[in-house]
Amino acid sequence: MKRIYVNEQWCLGCHLCEYECAFANSGETDMVKALKGKKMGTDLLPRIRVEDAEDGSHFAVNCRHCTDPRCVNSCISGALSRDEEGMVVIDRDKCVGCFTCILVCPYGAIMPSGGKPVQKCMLCTDNAAGEPNCVKHCPNNAIVYEER
Amino acid sequence: MDTYIYPEYEVVRDTDKCIACRVCERQCSNGVHRYDADLGKMIADSDRCVNCHRCVCLCPTHALKIKKSEDTYRINANWDGQTMNEIYRQANSGGVLLSSMGNPKPYPIYWDKMFINASQVTNPSIDPLREPMETVVYLGKHTVDIERDANGKIKNNLPPQLRLSMPIMFSAMSYGSISYNAHASLARAAEELGIYYNTGEGGLHRDFYRYGKNTIVQVASGRFGVHKDYLDTAAAIEIKMGQGAKPGIGGHLPGKKISVEVSATRMIPQGVDAISPAPHHDIYSIEDLRQLIYTLKEATAYQKPVIVKIAAVHNVAAIASGVARSGADIIAIDGFRGGTGAAPTRIRDNVGIPIELALAQVDERLRQESIRDNVSVVVAGSVRSSADVVKAICLGADAVYIGTAALLALGCHLCRSCHTGKCNWGIATQDKELVKRLNPDIGAKRLVNLMHAWNHEIQEMMGGMGINSIESMRGNRLMLRGIGLTEKELEVLGIHHAGEAM
Repeated sequence: MKRIYVNEQWCLGCHLCEYECAFANSGETDMVKALKGKKMGTDLLPRIRVEDAEDGSHFAVNCRHCTDPRCVNSCISGALSRDEEGMVVIDRDKCVGCFTCILVCPYGAIMPSGGKPVQKCMLCTDNAAGEPNCVKHCPNNAIVYEER
Repeated sequence: MDTYIYPEYEVVRDTDKCIACRVCERQCSNGVHRYDADLGKMIADSDRCVNCHRCVCLCPTHALKIKKSEDTYRINANWDGQTMNEIYRQANSGGVLLSSMGNPKPYPIYWDKMFINASQVTNPSIDPLREPMETVVYLGKHTVDIERDANGKIKNNLPPQLRLSMPIMFSAMSYGSISYNAHASLARAAEELGIYYNTGEGGLHRDFYRYGKNTIVQVASGRFGVHKDYLDTAAAIEIKMGQGAKPGIGGHLPGKKISVEVSATRMIPQGVDAISPAPHHDIYSIEDLRQLIYTLKEATAYQKPVIVKIAAVHNVAAIASGVARSGADIIAIDGFRGGTGAAPTRIRDNVGIPIELALAQVDERLRQESIRDNVSVVVAGSVRSSADVVKAICLGADAVYIGTAALLALGCHLCRSCHTGKCNWGIATQDKELVKRLNPDIGAKRLVNLMHAWNHEIQEMMGGMGINSIESMRGNRLMLRGIGLTEKELEVLGIHHAGEAM
């Protein structure tokens, strides 16, 4: 299946992907309205996060859609599953907010959403963006959406 | 910073739109933008801004723009603001003013004073989408004496040629003045397009030897990075006698730009200034030039054309005539609007002549002396569009070099601060964090796009004239008409004024 991959070599650490993710999942059509006055990390909880290392390297991290996903295996309510394509999907109605998945994900790619259910990257299939918004707006082709 | 000078450009932020994502702050190598936690908003220091537009382009909400400062001194037609600021700058630093990229002064642009012809009624135009349209050109010496072997068959004694899929090449820009990724983009694009890029005088990085068949290597007065493999790898060798942006002077790459890789490629010590002398110390005559040309030909077994690049100066036609007789296969002429990574401002803005006039005179002189086909003529020095290419060919060029246009395709916004080495677009810098901003996957693609677009436009214009090959357009000055030019300018260009018939 097509997944989001990050070419570390080209990631500039500009953090645009975080804002584009937060915007895409805000339900708003205007970025200023969606993000103005909100603080990253507290008010804005994007599903992709850029790790900035001391040595100047940067790396955007989001769900890898593992073939043997620990989050799915550990989910007590059946909210997490793999669909026929292989995408790890979340049924937010079923999630009970036990956060077990957050604890077991080795990439930190599942996170609280501010309410009870957790959130994770759904490749922008659950919003109006149509295609992964982080990929679309990455200025240096560091984030790509492709079959490997 | 100079306290006498108010910033020439101001960063204007629409605070209603700014979401304080700090992308501008992270992307500015000049430290213009900063988030102030106490104020709870982004602030900018316009004093540091070079107007490269990196922040403007990356701002996701378009909250930023850069404006020309409205601050003005008392209006003075003689002492304008720029002139006054340059005095303040020199009074402050005591140094020679440095500038980058091409001459920005409002001198006449002759390309914009020439119109191209088209067919109507009595001579059919050609639709390039339906009929073949030849844009391939061969550069090199085209005249040879016909020799036959014992069986009467014609011997192939044609000197080596460069085959270009379109009459455009990427001009000389050295590794050192521009980044590894910029070179990678140019090399890859040249290979895909079937044209050539030029190493400039900075040697050829070992990673780019594989693009050798699309590479022109330069031998300049500093002889940086010149060795046997360098010459053998290339498709052609260019002797750089001069550069349009700074005729008559050499080059100076500051030591801080001589990184490990640049040092290895140029074969010079790391961190030490690289000085290209003004003249080649072994060339003081056409005869001396001939010696270097034949040294290089001998070293490469007469398999590669040799280009001699000169700046367009007052006596360019006579110089070109000498070069044509010196054994060069191709003459490259660089006009006074040509770009540079760094040049003294006064030289860049005041020395040399426009390429259009130089080209017309060189072509005319070589024809008069019946040696036009002994060499190909390539022109450079601000070819900005496919229309400029067509006009250059009509004036007599075989092909053009583009430098600035290629850099624009890579993201350059002509802030003309290359000499600071802090290029925010990853082009004119050796800072690793900045260089990675230019992904050659994107860079090469954009260059290929630009060249394809220009080639389509060239075909359209040729078709309109009823011409189906570059060969039949070359030197076809009847296809040009001048507008707003004096008798003398028309005479130098060798064209009629608009409204005049054949």
